[in-house]
Amino acid sequence: MAGGFFTPSVTSWIPGVNSQKKQMCFDWGPGEMLVCETSFNKKEKSEMVAGCPFIHIIRKDIDVYSKILRKLFNESHGIFVGLQRIEEELTGKSRKAQLVRVSKNYRSVIRACMEEMHQFAVADKDSAIGRQFSSQVSILSAVELIWNLCEILFIEVAPAGPLLLYLLDWVRLHVCEVDSLSADVLGSENPSKHESFWNLVTTLVLQGRLDEARQMLSKEADSNPTSAGMCRVLGDLMRTMPILSPGNTQTLTELELRWQHWHEECERHLQDGTFASNPHLESLCKVLLGDDAALLEHKELLSNWYHFLVTRLLYSQPTVKPMDLHLYAQSSLDLFLGGESSPEPLDNILMAAFEFDIHQVIKECSIALSNWWFVAHLTDLLDHCKLLQSHNLYFGSNMREFLLLEYASGLFAHHSLWQLGVDYCDHCPELGRVSLELHIERIPLTTEQKALKVLRVCEQRQMTEQVRSICKVLAMKAVRNNRLGSALSWSIRAKDAAFATLVSDRFLRDYCERGCFSDLDLIDNLGPAMMLSDRLTFLGKYREFHRLYGEKCFVDAASLLLSLMTSQIAPRSFWMTLLTDALPLLEQKQVIFSAEQTYELLRCLEDLTSGRPLCGEPDAQQLQDDDIETTKVEILRLALARNLARSIIKEGSLEGS
Amino acid sequence: MFVARSIAADHKDLIHDVSFDFHGRRMATCSSDQSVKVRAEPGSKRDLARPATHSGSVWRVTWAHPEFGQVLASCSFDRTAAVWEEIVGESNDKLRGQSHWVKRTTLVDSRTSVTDVKFAPKHMGLMLATCSADGIVRIYEAPDVMNLSQWSLQHEISCKLSCSCISWNPSSSRAHAPMIAVGSDDSSPNAMAKVQIFEYNENTRKYAKAETLLTVTDPVHDIAFAPNLGRSFHILAIATKDVRIFTLKPVRKELTSSGGPTKFEIHIVAQFDNHNSQVWRVSWNITGTVLASSGDDGCVRLWKANYMDNWKCTGILKGNGSPVNGSSQQGNSNPSVGSNIPSLQNSLNGSSAGR
Repeated sequence: MAGGFFTPSVTSWIPGVNSQKKQMCFDWGPGEMLVCETSFNKKEKSEMVAGCPFIHIIRKDIDVYSKILRKLFNESHGIFVGLQRIEEELTGKSRKAQLVRVSKNYRSVIRACMEEMHQFAVADKDSAIGRQFSSQVSILSAVELIWNLCEILFIEVAPAGPLLLYLLDWVRLHVCEVDSLSADVLGSENPSKHESFWNLVTTLVLQGRLDEARQMLSKEADSNPTSAGMCRVLGDLMRTMPILSPGNTQTLTELELRWQHWHEECERHLQDGTFASNPHLESLCKVLLGDDAALLEHKELLSNWYHFLVTRLLYSQPTVKPMDLHLYAQSSLDLFLGGESSPEPLDNILMAAFEFDIHQVIKECSIALSNWWFVAHLTDLLDHCKLLQSHNLYFGSNMREFLLLEYASGLFAHHSLWQLGVDYCDHCPELGRVSLELHIERIPLTTEQKALKVLRVCEQRQMTEQVRSICKVLAMKAVRNNRLGSALSWSIRAKDAAFATLVSDRFLRDYCERGCFSDLDLIDNLGPAMMLSDRLTFLGKYREFHRLYGEKCFVDAASLLLSLMTSQIAPRSFWMTLLTDALPLLEQKQVIFSAEQTYELLRCLEDLTSGRPLCGEPDAQQLQDDDIETTKVEILRLALARNLARSIIKEGSLEGS
Repeated sequence: MFVARSIAADHKDLIHDVSFDFHGRRMATCSSDQSVKVRAEPGSKRDLARPATHSGSVWRVTWAHPEFGQVLASCSFDRTAAVWEEIVGESNDKLRGQSHWVKRTTLVDSRTSVTDVKFAPKHMGLMLATCSADGIVRIYEAPDVMNLSQWSLQHEISCKLSCSCISWNPSSSRAHAPMIAVGSDDSSPNAMAKVQIFEYNENTRKYAKAETLLTVTDPVHDIAFAPNLGRSFHILAIATKDVRIFTLKPVRKELTSSGGPTKFEIHIVAQFDNHNSQVWRVSWNITGTVLASSGDDGCVRLWKANYMDNWKCTGILKGNGSPVNGSSQQGNSNPSVGSNIPSLQNSLNGSSAGR
């Protein structure tokens, strides 16, 4: 089989762009493409022309945005995940039964979707939207038709005998004007005189619904005594046609033999001219004999070549073998089209199925359909049936993964369906993970809830780099919008020490400017996360100091304050603030800082003041600042000295007594 | 099948470049009207931020990774490249909650028109490269991500030919050293090597030339490394008189002289002349599975490798000059484009649908 998709490719038209005179510049987004009219040649000169007034956003996977299809995507996702988890140990019959069940589940989901769309299409018949729904229904109907055939041939693997019964069911399911026609005719006063009576009878025979056909014939017999005899004979022929019934234990050979006898009996009646006086009945007899010409006279009723094929097989080769199907299929197609028209994409797909060329089926479907949903799920199912040889891509994956990831890519563009996309990636062992990594970072985090969902997905899969990156993006956004608490919690989640330091610095700066902390809840409950960075630890401890002070645990507060400086956790730039915070503690009635602690504080103060660099020409503001600084230092020195005195006395007297 | 919606671009002159941000929510455009504009979806909060300006036509605009905040870079005919940052108004400010763009730095080292500017992959920090008609690629870094007014020129790579485009290799694998590809549209007859690839050397701390694509002898207008989906080799697309796709497979280290730049096995895997004219832009989608190209024929073409590794055209975007359907509203995606491929629905016109 030749590789590659073939042309033609889809051409889409962008409004407002004149490709005769101009060109287009573009850029990719995660789910859409940005396009704009430009002119590549005229680079140096500016035209001062109004230029292109519009930029265009092109979206490819529009099906993802359809509300009704969304149900299809959701439900099929459930079936897909269930399929991946099917026990590997199941073999043989039970495995096959399970796979058939999965296939039927998929099909019932398609039909449910079709039903719903059909309602909308009917309700809205005359509008453009109604027509759109109608066409979607058609497409889904084709999809279900193909899937059903694939189920019969590839999954059920129906052998000769049952094969025909399955194909009959298949045709009956998809050509359904019969029921409404039947209702029409039977509901009328004189059914056999209804203008569509013979069409109905013929259609029933074409579909192998011989019991119903016989009932119709009896109505004709009742109302038209001259044909009663012929009707009875034909009815008998219909009744006695040998068919393989499910519970029947006869062998294929026995069936063939009996069928041959019956066929010969029908032939005899035709030769004897039993039905000669009634062209309708004679035509029906020819149909029973599988006469191609007679069948083709009813082209309108058959409406398509595959119906023609199945009817032909029913009345000429009921024990057809699967491997011979394609011969009859090809001749049926040729006869039915009669050289007047050429095969359409659907015809090619069905033909490929009859030829048991699975790869061709998948390839043709990929071309004909705009959404990857169908090929992805069908290929996955067929892969589970071990029917696909794996074709290695140049980066070492296979067709199944290729299609599943194509489908998943479309899902990621959607604001809620992206979650389904994750599961599809999970079940692609070769490329799923890296694909997920690329997609998940691009999901716009419009709400906190969504961000948390995305992060949970990453954390569950140990995608640490993605967690870090996403948290960083959120932290940065929070910082730019001055939401420091949010920025801090995202930095902590990202385990980003550097950024945590940065945000802590902002907090501290805020405190210095406003005299109070924002986001106290967060800082109070940092827990072990406090250890992420020194600055963050300092922030947490500093807040603790304020809490202790507020609760009047002065001694503890004092010790903490001192330790912040002596342990070097506090940044130098903050020491003056800390020392200033010590002032109220120094001026309490009772002595809080011990003598030793006071010596330490003095040392810190000296450290701080001696290390002050003199920078160039001080301006007026700087002089004023310096003045304030000098005053503060003096006040501190005084307070410390006083405290030293008091503490020495206090400690001295305690020792003494 | 594609659906288009249109947003007013609001430029007074020809637009030269459009750029989607990382999440596909905001769009930057730059124009011969010397401005850079940022748009978001109409109706969303931050639309139509005040424009940023150069003093010459602006050729390209590009977004930095959102890890660095809301940052843009642009390059212009005025011989400069600029870095812009979005500032959200302070809460006690009249502009509360509103944003505007501030030019943080102007990079003035080039003596000629700056033709391209691209940010390096995020794992390299906040770094960008520019290339100019004077044949020099300049790599700048902002050591402090919170202070975008400080950028230092880290490297100057002399390409000896007028440069038109650059592309960083987005691969963040530890196995690959940073790599940058440079294309030249120099049309002088002596200028042969139109595509050069430079690689960073840990030992010398410099960029050294690793490869020249000898088979590309026509002027190159655009160049793009593909995102790496876990491959061991690199893919490079080139816009020249046609579309070309190359693979570069690193040759095993033992076979090369130690300490030198990596040697590559270079193969051309696709060459398309469907544009039938000069190709001006090439760009990869985010997973590196589809390449888009834009040419003098006024079309944008999409190229994809199927699961058998054959590259084919899978879509064409074209303009027929038809009028735009008024202004777009959010959520209004009436298909204003159609397709001409016989679809399945046509095949079913003979049979019945529904139940």
